[in-house]
Amino acid sequence: MPIAELRSLVKTYQMGPAQVHALRGVNLAFEKGEYVAIMGPSGSGKSTLLNILGCLDTPTAGAYLLGGQDVARLGDAALSDVRCRRLGFIFQSYNLIQQLSVVENIEVPLFYQGWSARDSHHRAAALGRLVGLGDRLYHRPSELSGGQQQRVAIARAMANDPLVVLADEPTGNLDSATGREILAMLGQLNDRGKTIIMVSHDASVAERARRIVHMVDGRVVDDAVK
Amino acid sequence: MVGFRVQRTIRMGLKSIWLHKLRSVLTSVGIILGVCSVIVMLAIGEGLSYEVQEQIRQLGSNNIIIHSVKPPEEGNVATEQTRALKYGLTYIDAERLRSTIPNVEVVVPVRLVRRHIVHNQRRVDGNIVGTVPWYREVANRVLLRGRFLTTVDMHAQAAVCVLNEPLSRKLFPIEEPLGRIVRAGGDCYQVVGILRASSAKAGSAGNEPTAGLDAYIPMTTAEGRYGDIDMRRRSGSFEAVIVQLHSIIVQVPNLEDVTLTAKAVERVLRHGHNKQDFEMIVPLELLERARETKRMFNLVLGLIAAISLVVGGIGIMNIMLATVTERTREIGIRRALGARRRDIIAQFLTETTLVSATGGMLGVALGLLAPYLVTRFAGMLTIVTVSSCILAFSISVAVGLIFGIYPAYRAAAMDPIEALRHE
Repeated sequence: MPIAELRSLVKTYQMGPAQVHALRGVNLAFEKGEYVAIMGPSGSGKSTLLNILGCLDTPTAGAYLLGGQDVARLGDAALSDVRCRRLGFIFQSYNLIQQLSVVENIEVPLFYQGWSARDSHHRAAALGRLVGLGDRLYHRPSELSGGQQQRVAIARAMANDPLVVLADEPTGNLDSATGREILAMLGQLNDRGKTIIMVSHDASVAERARRIVHMVDGRVVDDAVK
Repeated sequence: MVGFRVQRTIRMGLKSIWLHKLRSVLTSVGIILGVCSVIVMLAIGEGLSYEVQEQIRQLGSNNIIIHSVKPPEEGNVATEQTRALKYGLTYIDAERLRSTIPNVEVVVPVRLVRRHIVHNQRRVDGNIVGTVPWYREVANRVLLRGRFLTTVDMHAQAAVCVLNEPLSRKLFPIEEPLGRIVRAGGDCYQVVGILRASSAKAGSAGNEPTAGLDAYIPMTTAEGRYGDIDMRRRSGSFEAVIVQLHSIIVQVPNLEDVTLTAKAVERVLRHGHNKQDFEMIVPLELLERARETKRMFNLVLGLIAAISLVVGGIGIMNIMLATVTERTREIGIRRALGARRRDIIAQFLTETTLVSATGGMLGVALGLLAPYLVTRFAGMLTIVTVSSCILAFSISVAVGLIFGIYPAYRAAAMDPIEALRHE
């Protein structure tokens, strides 16, 4: 059974009088341990797709099964809970909380799961060391380089041991050498069995994935496993 | 698990406040001053009412005090000036009060004569007060030295006097007053005691310039030496006034009977007086009125304080709304990572409440200090009560909670996708 499955997913926005069809019936299934890159020009609907996959948005029609549960019709609080327990996010602009230290940033998802301070601190520190920031655990994001910040974000995405890690242009703000470093780290995660779904418009980045989905105008036009 | 969450939310809030120390303090300035002013105003009110009540209590809450007053002028003024004006309380009034009202214990007649009181070169314009030995006890006066008048003095029409402290200090700045002779209008009196001055402004002859400078002599002596006619110089001409008694103090043994007895006293006196030439002071009623005034005062103060706290609350709300906008990105991140709406509400509400509670605590600290300064520099009595501190602090917490709801709700209502895109 696929870990995440989209069935004839439709998303329509009302922009004043005009209707914008962001997704026009998307069918996709992701197996456990897959490393998928979603590619497409801007306006192709890939960001909308990622928002729905990330339970930040709900589809207008269609079903989204995550771990066997249809989450397409859930309310806000239930979606929050799904994000909290099953999903990990990596953003283009890292999205770390500036006033928190590295460890505290990694702890945020654990906080909303209700972990105790001591346990979550232990886990966050371990993850911080895992991504090679053992000597920076108590630094602020502003004291770190872009690559280091993205590594904190990866550690944070791993904190709740998610079913799926969603990455939105994870190398978009990094120079190519650092970008390769981050992609290598995502590759390692995938090697250890994490399911990764990544959105990118950069072909060289998508190269790393084992499966590439192409989208144009809200439809999947190509879905190829290497 | 819920316990952990509450604890950590509070810790998170404290951290955020600590991060913006200056802003947090400025935000809560309104609350600090509001809480401080609540405490100070209540302390001043408490002090004032304590002083007033103390003064009234000195008059004796068991007492009914009746003063002679000049009746409103009537008839032909020209004929009025030719004869002596007769008014006020009489010995007969005193006797009638004692014999006709059942629950009256003591009746103290007081006769006042204004004279120059002289010792050696010192000359003081004062009052010769003719009264009875039990005056001191009924009027709650403290004997500082020597003795008060006695029944022996009364029977003997003795030429002795008891000075009150201010008069004694004027006549005898350095010498020992006891045993000395003072003269008053040709008569000599030996000083036998010193009485502490009454702080009650409504005491004998409260509105006269000689108020507070009294020499007490036996009633019988006063009757014999001064008679009933009092000559007063008024705007160039002399005015003869016949007043037998200037005051009568009636003591009622039971507090519950005071109001009823006061009515009876008034009825008895009305019977013998066809003019309004006496006034009654019932300290117990004054006390009740003072308490009523204090309640009103507190209400007004409370209203002013409430306004200042609402202003403080709006200040907090304003800053929190700005903070929420400023932290839109953080809210988006937290929502993406699994925070529910109510987690965001809890976060911001906790922060607002902590800011206002911190302000409340600083305000209480300031409110404990400020009344001391008021007392020190303005000379006003202030009494800080524990309940006013608790009240002011709880209001500050409540203000934080109430004015924090809207900003917190705004924060929670944000769309996570929009919030994440916010620069």
